[in-house]
Amino acid sequence: MSDVVEKTLSALPGLFDSQTGAARITSRLRQLVKSITELTSKHEEESLIKQELSSMKEQVSSPNTSMKQMREIMVRAMYCEMLGYDASFTYIHAIKLAQQGGVLEKRVGYLAVSLFLNEGHELLLLLVNTVLKDLQSTNVIEAYMALTVVAQVFPKDMIPAVLPLLEDKLSEIIRRKAVLALYKFYLIAPNQVQHIHAKFRKALCDRDPGVMTSSLHIYLQLITESPDDYKDLTGSFVTILKQVVDGKLPVDFNYHNVPAPWLQIQLLRILSLLGKEDRSTSELMYEVLDESLRRAEMNHNITYAILYECVKAIYTIHPKAELLEKAARCIGNFVLSPKINLRYLGLKALTYVVQHDAKLALQHQMTIIECLDHTDFTIKRETLELLFRITNAQNVTVIVEKMLDFLHVYEQCTTSYKMNVRCYVPMITLTFAPDNSWFIQTMNDVFSTGGDLLQQDVPNNFLRLLAEGKREEDDQLRLYAVNSYLTVLNGDASHLPQRFLQVMSWVCTTTHTHTHTHTHTQNKNSAMRLIQILVRDLKKSYLLNISVRLYSNFKYHFSSSTLILEGVKRVWGRDGYLRQNETTAPPVDEPSAAVQPSGQQEAAERLEPQPEPSTQNQDKLQLASSLFVGLGAGSSMSLLGKSEAPPPRFRKKPRPHESSSSSSSGTSERSSDSSSRSSHSTTDSFLYGSLLEEEPATSISAFSHTPKSSTANGLAQNKDTKEDRRANTSQILGGDMVIVRPNTFQDKHPSLVSSDLTALLPADLKDLPHSDVISLTSDPSLSLSSCRLFRDEALLLVILISNCTETVIKDVAVQLTCEELEVWNVMNCLEGNSTSVCHYALLMDEPHTNVSFTGTVSYQTQPGHTNTLSFSGTLSAADFIRPLVVSTEEYGKLWLSLSHDVKQNLKLLTDASDPLRTTLNALKDALQLHVVDIIGSEGIVACRLLSGAPCLLHCRVNGAALAMWLRSPHPALPDCILYHCQRALAQH
Amino acid sequence: MIKAILIFNNHGKPRLIRFYQYFAEDMQQQIIRETFHLVSKRDDNVCNFLEGGSLIGGSDYKLIYRHYATLYFVFCVDSSESELGILDLIQLICFVFGQVFVETLDKCFENVCELDLIFHMDKVHYILQEVVMGGMVLETNMNEIVAQVELQNRMEKSEGGLSGAPARAVSAVKNMNLPEIPRNINIGDINIKVPSLSPF
Repeated sequence: MSDVVEKTLSALPGLFDSQTGAARITSRLRQLVKSITELTSKHEEESLIKQELSSMKEQVSSPNTSMKQMREIMVRAMYCEMLGYDASFTYIHAIKLAQQGGVLEKRVGYLAVSLFLNEGHELLLLLVNTVLKDLQSTNVIEAYMALTVVAQVFPKDMIPAVLPLLEDKLSEIIRRKAVLALYKFYLIAPNQVQHIHAKFRKALCDRDPGVMTSSLHIYLQLITESPDDYKDLTGSFVTILKQVVDGKLPVDFNYHNVPAPWLQIQLLRILSLLGKEDRSTSELMYEVLDESLRRAEMNHNITYAILYECVKAIYTIHPKAELLEKAARCIGNFVLSPKINLRYLGLKALTYVVQHDAKLALQHQMTIIECLDHTDFTIKRETLELLFRITNAQNVTVIVEKMLDFLHVYEQCTTSYKMNVRCYVPMITLTFAPDNSWFIQTMNDVFSTGGDLLQQDVPNNFLRLLAEGKREEDDQLRLYAVNSYLTVLNGDASHLPQRFLQVMSWVCTTTHTHTHTHTHTQNKNSAMRLIQILVRDLKKSYLLNISVRLYSNFKYHFSSSTLILEGVKRVWGRDGYLRQNETTAPPVDEPSAAVQPSGQQEAAERLEPQPEPSTQNQDKLQLASSLFVGLGAGSSMSLLGKSEAPPPRFRKKPRPHESSSSSSSGTSERSSDSSSRSSHSTTDSFLYGSLLEEEPATSISAFSHTPKSSTANGLAQNKDTKEDRRANTSQILGGDMVIVRPNTFQDKHPSLVSSDLTALLPADLKDLPHSDVISLTSDPSLSLSSCRLFRDEALLLVILISNCTETVIKDVAVQLTCEELEVWNVMNCLEGNSTSVCHYALLMDEPHTNVSFTGTVSYQTQPGHTNTLSFSGTLSAADFIRPLVVSTEEYGKLWLSLSHDVKQNLKLLTDASDPLRTTLNALKDALQLHVVDIIGSEGIVACRLLSGAPCLLHCRVNGAALAMWLRSPHPALPDCILYHCQRALAQH
Repeated sequence: MIKAILIFNNHGKPRLIRFYQYFAEDMQQQIIRETFHLVSKRDDNVCNFLEGGSLIGGSDYKLIYRHYATLYFVFCVDSSESELGILDLIQLICFVFGQVFVETLDKCFENVCELDLIFHMDKVHYILQEVVMGGMVLETNMNEIVAQVELQNRMEKSEGGLSGAPARAVSAVKNMNLPEIPRNINIGDINIKVPSLSPF
């Protein structure tokens, strides 16, 4: 008997066994489900599922398992995965089912694949051939299933292989799915489907309404991206909509007697995109919109969905009075509806519409106030969103009060709900603040209730506002801020968010540069007090933060932390930094429209005639009058842009008039100019460098230089040019490499033997870990060397310039270029046989494995004779990596929250008794990693890039290799670290 | 686009999970828990919309849900979907479930019990696949959906019937000799080497 026949016979009993079919299949799952529901504890469930999984494992690897049994196992595996258990051993079998089975097996296999695997999963590549085969199959069902899986999950790299087959499918009965699959491809790889746009058009004109519906997905996307390219299709969309509305589609497409509602919604969205800010296109659609509005007046949920889209479209396209009127009435129906869902949509529509027509909010003010007190979180939130859009200088205090109430009440709530509201408060506060004290108090409130959740630009903009402006009024503001912080800190300061503390420390360490002499003493006292409290209360990092700033002001007296207070005294005691005071412009009389104090009377005068006061109680009316003040016909709302979420804008303080500032002499005019410019660069560097992240290094740049009078042309001879240049350089921030110049050391040292160059490092930097001094280049006059210092917050690149001759070298200028960024450094002269040190604080924004820097030094040995000397060097990403000290629990939490991961096997240093520990230690030494924990054959390691992105490494001994799994929020960082790990181990 | 469809019961036990945007498995479980936490706190007299949890896109996404007896149906969608449209889509899907799973004359969802969904997990997925494909609403024509599902059911039944047995025996014999079955894949080992893995 042949082998084959023997096998067949042995397989037959199994086949007949499973004859009972579907009943048997479901019974295993049924059993499992039943026994799980009977369990009481999570623990029991776990052990039961584990048992189940191991029996499944046995079954799948047994050769006697029939295809049918496999199908059943697959369903059980789906169930286990749904509950969160790992059934990854079945993945390959899911693929095999799709490859080998009949139609039913394929169906389960494909389903399991699309549930289990994601687009990047390596096993998915095994499926590609099967999909290709099935797409070409004569069996429509097989092709149908293959299309389904292609639209759900397909590897991006394999799109070219399948694309021609999909295009063929566009003419077949299953073309509806093919269209959607192509749309999916368009989403993940738009360039690859460029050539089939004509086929999309064909799909739009398809006689099957289903195909047309599918193609609308594509068009909605395409038109969102570039509406101008599809204006010619407006007529077609209008015709389609008209036919749908008129009920020309088969009755099958009706839902609750409404013809194809989802199709209508889609079409209305497309039309509103096409008609936006385009009069002639809009005119094409007025009629059909009117018709839709009219037809949709029925009483089912889904008609409201259509109405809502209609209203939105009418307000988006070029306005037509008649339609607007109808739409407004429609919104009224929504807002006044007793159904809560409709009311929500009404509020949403109002929020959208008040941008065009603020009076509409006035009509519904009582409803809005009711919604403000609604128990439903979502409604309340949406109401605040609406209020945000009608904020003006007169109602800002009431609205902010409401928003802060909301934040306080939902303090415990973990959702992102509050996020927007949180951002709105500072946004409108900054724009409409009626006076200083209210402004500062509100901002304090914002910062102290969950300031750490604020977006980065909020504190940045706040600080920028404080830093800007030289007028007396601005100084009052700063003074008020400092005083209010004192009050806050005198209370219980332990619960304050870190970001608030950072803001405070910033304000108190920097405001002095702008302060007038006569408020100086007062300011000094309060700031002293504040710093004392900060020093007492704050954690080490903030001490460091402050001290770094003080240090940048007073570089000469800084060697240990005990000097902080001395530094503090000096900060407030030195008048040398206040030179610009003499020329500060007198306060300008013209008040800013935005900050204009709003008298209650004035507000009342501006009130629009209110609708008839009903029987509502007095409180609500009062609230209404304060909320909707200034919403008259003529009032313009500077906050409301066209877009749904306007970008934050901030109150621009009026600059001192040039005429008033140019008081006495030409020099003072120049100086006030330059001081304002330089304070700008200060604040700009704030924004880009995002000071309030973890890197105080960035902040150093901003305040080391106080504005001084300067001329802004070329390489001038006086020392002030340098200041000016600094101001310029700190503006060029924000590329993939951030270079910030803290300050330049010009300490002259007597010439030393070159091997002892490290001794030249400034005293306070000597203790930092640093690399060897590398010679960069030299010529007969100068020799250059560099040294890298690893500070906690930045990499310091120190360039040592030594004069090898006996003569004085003049006008030494150092220029350092890194990628597109330049840094200048100008020196007057370099004495014979002396060495000068420049250093640069560097941060890496985008991880690169290596970055190179180049630079030139130009100098004059004799007047009129300029020499240049160029140099270059390389920095590795490893220089920018610092240990991230976390506990095992924190690591675990962080691990789950990170998205980008990379896995790779690395060399294990096997020559030692404890290979894992030895390897990790080697990596730690080479890369400054932090070994969090080593448990058995696994180790966890953490590090961060200087600009803040963490990277977590999970290492496991896997035979003779080290399986490393890296995760980071930054997509490129794991690769980068992996590269350096490989190198470090290879060199070991 | 629809980002996820989550069905769980009043205790937060998942009954059907379908993600259309990739999340790691443990993240999926966390999202389910968070969503349940958010949705279950809401009374029946509040609206059916809320912003997504912090794990699934926050305020960019919206959760649209319906609560039927013991089950929550939650759709997580982005801003391109109409809220009321999705709300009715949920109803439509439930109606189809009623048509498919309830074998009485009264084919409405109220009579579909939780266990029907789990016991027919695969079928529920097939139905969903007809309605939503890759996160996009594909079919809202109920008759069409039901017809598709019934066609598939017939396919299954014809296989299980008595007439199926000899045919299967034959195909089993055929299978033994099928050359295209890759014999080099070892079933017990999942560490199959994939030849051209993209490096990252």
